Amino acid sequence: MRIIVDFDLCQSHGLCTEAAPELFQIRDDGFLYVLNETPGKELAGKAQKAAIECPTGAITLKDD
Amino acid sequence: MDTVVVVGASLAGLRCCEALRRRGYSGKLVLVGEEAHKPYDRPPLSKQVLCGEWEPARTEFRRKEGYAPLALELQLGRRALALHAQARRVVLDDGKELAYDGLVIATGARARTLRGSEALSGVFTLRTLDDALQLRVALLQQPRVVVVGAGFIGLEVASACRKLDVAVTVVESMALPLDNPLGSAVGQAVQRLHEAHGVSFRLGVGVAALEGHGRVEHVRLSDGTAVPADVVVVGIGVTPNTAWLEGSGVAVGDGVLCDPTLATSVPGVVAAGDVVRWENPLFGESMRVEHWSNAVEQGQAAAARLLAGPTGGEPFSSLPYFWSDQYDLKLQFAGRVRADDELVLVEGTLADRNYVALYGRAGKLRGVLASNRPQQLLRYRKLLSEQASFDAALNAARPSAGP
Ligand SMILES: Cc1cc2nc3c(=O)[nH]c(=O)nc-3n(C[C@H](O)[C@H](O)[C@H](O)COP(=O)(O)OP(=O)(O)OC[C@H]3O[C@@H](n4cnc5c(N)ncnc54)[C@H](O)[C@@H]3O)c2cc1C
Ligand code: SF4
Repeated sequence: MRIIVDFDLCQSHGLCTEAAPELFQIRDDGFLYVLNETPGKELAGKAQKAAIECPTGAITLKDD
Repeated sequence: MDTVVVVGASLAGLRCCEALRRRGYSGKLVLVGEEAHKPYDRPPLSKQVLCGEWEPARTEFRRKEGYAPLALELQLGRRALALHAQARRVVLDDGKELAYDGLVIATGARARTLRGSEALSGVFTLRTLDDALQLRVALLQQPRVVVVGAGFIGLEVASACRKLDVAVTVVESMALPLDNPLGSAVGQAVQRLHEAHGVSFRLGVGVAALEGHGRVEHVRLSDGTAVPADVVVVGIGVTPNTAWLEGSGVAVGDGVLCDPTLATSVPGVVAAGDVVRWENPLFGESMRVEHWSNAVEQGQAAAARLLAGPTGGEPFSSLPYFWSDQYDLKLQFAGRVRADDELVLVEGTLADRNYVALYGRAGKLRGVLASNRPQQLLRYRKLLSEQASFDAALNAARPSAGP
């Protein structure tokens, strides 16, 4: 799966970092970083949770 | 379970439908909503939509995916009038009845209005997309605006007014804006920010009446003075939409009364979102939460609860979270606080609007407010979900202990 974040939409709510700390991180500059854009199956559930809970709908998941 | 009906086609209702399908429910699914619009997102209404930064269509959920993948029957512009719980039927305003095996109540809340203002034009509330579009048209006439209520919606409207270079006065019966939820120090800082952007305040004084001939002309305050107004925006909180449940047997009382698993008092009926009052295990108190993330989480939890059958289900525990954007200020708050909680500023200063404040009561950490510091909120959210003591949280905040 591929994680795509629309950084124009992202407002650093950070809820994705809580849902999937392995995949998302907000650094000291206040911006979101995607730690792994192509996670394996074992993280699919967490990635989905992050996408659902993002208040700005900034996270899209694409199956490959 | 062959038929699930979800009443309320907004955030909680939609997220519930999506979760039902994700969990493998393949029966009939009906989503009923009073508004004519497809489900849309409300937070941008008082922010990007009011300022004209966004086309209204951008607020629509599932713009890309559409509704076909959900295989649901979307009944929009339809209001549920009554519930016959014994017969498991919902009565709609076109006279039709919907039979269900499982029902989700997600009817949210509506804006409170000022009594006696119904006959006057120029008086607005802000809850729906239609409200936002009408208010936007009114603001483009460069009116003199009075906002009644210095809560989040009122302050966001004031912020939008100033972005549009519209004169605005905020009237609030409490001594400070946001006093109740966030405490006086934060309230003062927020007031100064708005004043710096040209907002006038009339604080500590109530509204006696809205006066005018056909159109509102001024707001009469309880001290007898009058504030001239072409447009009045009333932001004095919301009332849960439970009137349609009267006589149904579903217990209500400032919201639909749910058990800790989000089941109502009637078999086969669960609830989610702004309309729910339940006992939150994380805080050990009964609450109704009027925030976005709660509607998302409860929508999903209600789906799980419904599919778990009559006796299944887990307690729904959650950390209330919300944000508010005003000018360049981004406030993010997690927890549950009262005005008299102890507030300790652990990072930054109120004056430069870049800070983190912790709230404590009875030795426990109860809330955290981050102002323009999104990266800091997360640590404290974690401590809050772990029900940390206030001392532990203050210790964690010391620079030597932090990263
Ligand atoms: C202007 C505005 C700004 C906001 N900003 C923020 C923010 O910055 N951060 C934040 O966390 N939260 C914010 N919120 C709150 C957030 O939008 C709500 O918590 C969320 O919309 C709740 O979703 P819900 O589905 O429970 O209820 P609602 O969104 O209220 O939806 C309920 C739906 O049910 C329909 N309905 C009601 N009765 C019936 C009936 N009898 N039959 C059929 N349909 C019915 C209603 O028409 C409505 O469409 C904001 C809200 C508003 C209005
Ligand atoms: S939850 Fe959404 S808005 Fe928040 S940091 Fe993650 S992607 Fe950005």
